[in-house]
Amino acid sequence: MSTLLDQVRRARETGDYASFTQAIPYARWLGISAAQVDGEILGKLAFADHIIGNPTIPALHGGTVGALLESTAIFQLLWDAETVLIPKTINLTISYLRSARPIDTWAKARITKQGRRVAAVHVDAWQDSREIIVATATVNLLIKPAE
Amino acid sequence: MATDPELLERYNQGFSGAVPHNHALGMTIVDIGEGEVFIRVPYQAHLVGNPETGVLHGGVITALMDATCGASVFVKTRRPVPVATLDLRIDYLRPAEPPRDVVCRAECYHVTNNVAFVRAVTFHDGEPDRPIASAAGTFILFQKGGKSTFVGEAP
Repeated sequence: MSTLLDQVRRARETGDYASFTQAIPYARWLGISAAQVDGEILGKLAFADHIIGNPTIPALHGGTVGALLESTAIFQLLWDAETVLIPKTINLTISYLRSARPIDTWAKARITKQGRRVAAVHVDAWQDSREIIVATATVNLLIKPAE
Repeated sequence: MATDPELLERYNQGFSGAVPHNHALGMTIVDIGEGEVFIRVPYQAHLVGNPETGVLHGGVITALMDATCGASVFVKTRRPVPVATLDLRIDYLRPAEPPRDVVCRAECYHVTNNVAFVRAVTFHDGEPDRPIASAAGTFILFQKGGKSTFVGEAP
């Protein structure tokens, strides 16, 4: 079985971004994937009944939106940086701006600062309009760039 | 602090039975104290983030801590006031060890008319002094007209 990093390298070469997210059991189960859209890497959380947190509104569970934000930060680092290990989250701060409706959710990460050991990443999540942000996160991750 | 099993069962019906994602993760309220609540997620293969190590994905910890923090607000206010997470900060202290279950303890330590302040730790059963993650969160309280995430009667 090839490692996750091998799969990332292969995805970079082939452009098949879905394959390596399929190798992560939780991402597959929850419905998180990476996609290349108009030349940029986006994270996607596909709507499904099991990600509902509030059936009355209804709204997605905050934890699932948090998972999308954190995963998208990792996807971006895997793509932008020649890292020799999967980035490890040190901490994340999530701001919930609006309730997320029961539809697909997208996220885009921007690397604010990449040092030798730590990367700081900002992530925005939106639903049908990219102008209307439903949640943001600031994520600090441990990285190990290739020598 | 052993909570009456029948009472826990009632709370779990509202917490996990009525909230699809809590149910999907297998969350169970295992104990309730003064302004605090303990919730467990059992280790499951489909919740793994890295198939090489078998460690649970961070998203599982985020969902557990968000849900437990929210539940602690109901325990503190002693009524089912509708709440929404305003922000949540999580520090990952060490990886969860496969194949062990994880338990989150959350404490709502202050509440105003509008905002509840919560802190939480996640650990393995029986090891509350070796936390896997710690969190601080704030929740906005809706006085009326809101729709609670915690369906059912609050403790």
